[in-house]
Amino acid sequence: MNNTAQRRRGGRTFFVRFGVVALFVAAVVSYLADSSPDGLETVTRQGCETVRTSNGEQLTGDCIARGGTEHAFAESPLADYTVLGNSSLTGLAGILGVLVTLLLAGGLFALLRKPSGPTSGSSTTAPNGDPPDTGR
Amino acid sequence: MHTTPLALHMTDGLLNAPTALLFGAIALAGIGFSLVKARATLDDRTAPMAGLVAAFVFAAQMINFPVLPGVSGHLLGGALVAILVGPWVGTLCVSIVLVVQSLLFADGGLTMLGANITNMALLGTAASYLVAVALRPLARRNRSGLLVTAFLAGTINTVMASVGFLLEYWIGGAAGFSVAQAVLPMLGIHLLIGIGEGIITALTVGAVAAGRPDLIRLLRATPSSGRPTARGDTESASGTVEGRS
Repeated sequence: MNNTAQRRRGGRTFFVRFGVVALFVAAVVSYLADSSPDGLETVTRQGCETVRTSNGEQLTGDCIARGGTEHAFAESPLADYTVLGNSSLTGLAGILGVLVTLLLAGGLFALLRKPSGPTSGSSTTAPNGDPPDTGR
Repeated sequence: MHTTPLALHMTDGLLNAPTALLFGAIALAGIGFSLVKARATLDDRTAPMAGLVAAFVFAAQMINFPVLPGVSGHLLGGALVAILVGPWVGTLCVSIVLVVQSLLFADGGLTMLGANITNMALLGTAASYLVAVALRPLARRNRSGLLVTAFLAGTINTVMASVGFLLEYWIGGAAGFSVAQAVLPMLGIHLLIGIGEGIITALTVGAVAAGRPDLIRLLRATPSSGRPTARGDTESASGTVEGRS
């Protein structure tokens, strides 16, 4: 099965490319994002008017979003995809988000994955993979 | 100068406390069930892929695209994950993205996390997976079939997530605002966003298919007949390890 070996090497290249694309989207393309409110926000604000006060924006009138309150972590360093409130650093916030997501998701999935093949030291699987006790 | 930049998900206070709790419980149950089911599909090859898919969904969600004057939308990712890594792992991918967004980027209220997960990670992913499975024969036929499948699944995903919001608000909206007036604009706008989601989903699935079609879960064996294949993979993988050492 030389094919598998090739595929594995190709797999690494593909994974690296995929990661680079994700980083590029978060770091660079994010600056092109439309800053208009999204569909959910638009609809939930229907019927209200946005009034700018010294404390920021306030909604007056009758709409779904009026019940909305500020996020508990609104003052956190990366809030709203900025770095310390600086929205010109959105790309940096995006890079951090991609890396944290990759770390959490990759870590979780690595923990969850089936032990495949005779990984040295682990004796949980027979050499030719007998999965009955893991299979549910 | 705060002009609500990039707020993507439901903010705190939109639903009353019992409803928020109810959907928190539904989200937890969905995640727990997915954790159990995901194990069967994760191996040395699919685990890194799934991690990258989650990272990509995070990145893609940052990109709001215009759908109407003054209205934007962004990818939710449910269809993309369902097609690439399957519904169970996919649900976990989107859930992780939503948790990171809420905890780290103050996007999506903490008390609304359950509702946001229910809409985007559970409902959206489930609906688009069903569409994708129904169209699987088409997706397997050729490249255009796969792209059409990805597009339709992506569109359904966005619309379904907005249906989830309407349902939640109908059950327990905090402001005494009738949900009826929101139904048509909500569905209409999310159909438009869904077209964008469909296009991005098709482009991404198309790119993966061009490089590594074997990594697209939807195109592989059906889950019921998947076990023998998985065992076969295990054997060939062990062969590789031996060959290399």
